[in-house]
Amino acid sequence: MSGPSTYVPKSGFGRWMDSRLPLMRFAHDTIITYPTPKNLNFWYAFGAILTFMLGIQILTGIVLAMHYVANAGLAFDSVEGIMRNINYGWLIRYMHANGATFFFIAVYIHMFRGLYYGSYKSPREVIWILGVILYLLMVATAFFGYVLPWGQMSFWGATVITNFFSALDQIVPHLGSAIATWLWGGFAVGDATLNRFFSLHYLLPFVIAGVVGLHIWALHVPGNNNPLGIDTKGPQDMLPFHPYYTVKDSFYVALFALIYLAFVFYAPDFFGNPDNYTPANPVVTPPDIVPEWYLLPFYAMLRSVPQKLIGVLVMAGSLLTLVFVPWLDTSKVRSTRFRPMMKQFFWLFVFDCLILGYCGSQGADAALHMQGFELPLVWVARVATLYYFGFFWVVMPLLGIIEKPKPLPANISQPVLAAE
Amino acid sequence: MKALTLAFAALIATSVAASAAEDLSEPLPPKDVHWSFEGPFGTYDRAALQRGFQVYKEVCSACHSLNRVAFHDLIGPPGPGGGEGGDGFFTEPQAKAIAAGYKVPADPDEKGDTTDDKGQPLMRPAILADHFPAPFANENAARANNGGALPPDLSLIVKAREGGPQYVYSIVTGDGSPVPHGFKVIDGKYYDPYFPGRNISMPPPLRNDSVTYSDGTKATLDQEAHDVVTFLTWASEPKLEERHRLGFGVMLFMLLLSGLLFLSYRKVWHDAH
Amino acid sequence: MAETTAPEPTRRDFLYIATGGVAAVGAALAAWPFIDQMNPSSAVLALASIEADLSAIQVGQQVVFNWRGHPLFVRRRTPQEIAEAKAVDVASLPDPLARNANLPDNAPATDADRAAKDPQWLIVVGVCTHLGCTPTVSTPQVPQGEYGGWLCHCHGSQYDTAGRIRKGPAPQNLAVPPYTFQSPTKIKVG
Repeated sequence: MSGPSTYVPKSGFGRWMDSRLPLMRFAHDTIITYPTPKNLNFWYAFGAILTFMLGIQILTGIVLAMHYVANAGLAFDSVEGIMRNINYGWLIRYMHANGATFFFIAVYIHMFRGLYYGSYKSPREVIWILGVILYLLMVATAFFGYVLPWGQMSFWGATVITNFFSALDQIVPHLGSAIATWLWGGFAVGDATLNRFFSLHYLLPFVIAGVVGLHIWALHVPGNNNPLGIDTKGPQDMLPFHPYYTVKDSFYVALFALIYLAFVFYAPDFFGNPDNYTPANPVVTPPDIVPEWYLLPFYAMLRSVPQKLIGVLVMAGSLLTLVFVPWLDTSKVRSTRFRPMMKQFFWLFVFDCLILGYCGSQGADAALHMQGFELPLVWVARVATLYYFGFFWVVMPLLGIIEKPKPLPANISQPVLAAE
Repeated sequence: MKALTLAFAALIATSVAASAAEDLSEPLPPKDVHWSFEGPFGTYDRAALQRGFQVYKEVCSACHSLNRVAFHDLIGPPGPGGGEGGDGFFTEPQAKAIAAGYKVPADPDEKGDTTDDKGQPLMRPAILADHFPAPFANENAARANNGGALPPDLSLIVKAREGGPQYVYSIVTGDGSPVPHGFKVIDGKYYDPYFPGRNISMPPPLRNDSVTYSDGTKATLDQEAHDVVTFLTWASEPKLEERHRLGFGVMLFMLLLSGLLFLSYRKVWHDAH
Repeated sequence: MAETTAPEPTRRDFLYIATGGVAAVGAALAAWPFIDQMNPSSAVLALASIEADLSAIQVGQQVVFNWRGHPLFVRRRTPQEIAEAKAVDVASLPDPLARNANLPDNAPATDADRAAKDPQWLIVVGVCTHLGCTPTVSTPQVPQGEYGGWLCHCHGSQYDTAGRIRKGPAPQNLAVPPYTFQSPTKIKVG
């Protein structure tokens, strides 16, 4: 929603470059004068936070790659060499491992924000879909990265996930096994697998960076949504991105970084699994194979279905569902602030994701012990999975039709009505 | 609706916490012990590290390797002679002397042999650059000498076990506890209520006066366990002190920067409305 | 908004300058670990010095050790080799400096300043000072070059029995590393 560029080069060199490769003009139009709604709140800072975390991961990752050896016999030792011998290696490694966790914390908040404020609705559907693609790329990158230290969880997590493909044998005989063998480069997860995962782990973050460019470009066409969910009416509703949002985002980035660094320095293994400090042993399976926390909800959905193929399809379906969200939600109102019924279902959905995460973290036979009887967690996960799909495929389409939204403010500049 | 979901969460939390009579198939939670290195300002007690190293050397190293620790890692703050210094707790001459007490495989001689006339491997005294040699040549030899069980390498044991130092301390002090009524100990194994399954292949490793401390400290089981776990935590996390030190400065800096950015944010936005 | 005509920074600007300054200092401090990680690690530094046992080396024999990734020539010179080295006029040498890390930079390339106190021991780094090849040692049975020391087969540099360059493209004498004798037959190098 920005008008024609107002950039004026200030120097002779500036004019020379501007007529050949207008980098300064691009920066000026994109992050300096770019008109942004003036009522963006804290939840809107996570785009900048994500960009910061991507930068941290790429920087620490490239440095780690100077010392890491992608060979099954040497990988674990090379990581311990980084931790013990390389100057500040421990710091860079802990930044990278905890960086992944905080990257996912930020992306989940960012996604929930998009859901809450209706940022996926027309005309922003493509931004949302690019976001889903980014999320999938993040999951793939994190999966490949976790295998690299070649600990017990690295190896067995890779074995479990790549074995999913063999479920396809039930649809087309031998197809799944062929795909699994092709992924492994052998008859099981091994050195060949490790090497290609390293290559892909190095590649994907740059693919992410490119898609982030598209994501922001797609955003800048209609301009940002805002917490009220109503269209901005004109310049009176906007502020230039610099200095207002550069300074605001910087503040929130610094706060986020403070929490992130507190974990790096004082609880660096909090989000990790001790089993990954034991070198991979193809002959000994750990008692509980658990993915990293950010994948636990999907793990819970997978295990809630006894049949392997259906479980894989349910898990894939839960991710694919996200693509259709712009069309599943029939409400004409964007922001949940004005949707009293959706508000309840939304928070229940957030809670549902946490429940699924908890179920995923526990062993396969885990149960809740309540007065008198036992409730196997797998049943909790089943109910939670049903609600997950129900929220998108039933609640979203239905509520747009039956809900009576609160009256929307006339414009952004109007004094704020009743609080949330 | 929010109240309902909160109530639901509370219900789950309390029901998970509810416990029945002791389930002998489940291990006990680790003992709650205090360490000099716990908390954000924790450091390693150097005397404990030296005593713990003595326990490792005289007791544990008979079966357990410490592959990832090199002799030069033992070197602590730089001595009067200068030098780089490190994260350890001995001086460079002390570390060199410790190294020289170990034998490691020698390089092939001029004829290209790696064994002597009797077929024994050629050995040489270890130097600072070497790692602690393992007690057994390979996994099979380790298992053959330990009734089929493999004593794990201890370089990362504190990080590789849920419960960390509390767990290792509990295992080491709990091994050989009186067997409760109704529990059958598997033949050849020992009862340890803190170990998953409660049957552990390791015989009780320590008792009172397993070692005689060179600094005169009374060598009770508790003291030995405390010291060896402090040493093993150092072996798993030699950078802990540097990490805490640097972290303190970083936290202060981030608080300062966040504060300045907050004030800048407020000032910039003051004109907006 | 600050007046555009005000030449001095206002109180508000001090805040921005302070914030920017703190952020810049933080960025510089944060950059250091990323730069330092490329410096030699503690595992590499542990091998920065070696101890070499010389007891098995015969007179007239050279043994090559590995020091910091380079070949280290330890040569036990014959009386004839020592005499040849001492007889050379230092002023006539292409490189008149000792290149001995145990001595000041301006020490001359006399045999006394090149060899150990016990002149039968010559310890030099076996890296040709031209472009880094490993020179071949000259023995009475298989002479290499005209000066009885070493010949570098890459580009023809010739060194004498004190490791000094005499002929060929190499600009400097073979380097003498820092070392000490811990016993008559044991040296610590580096």
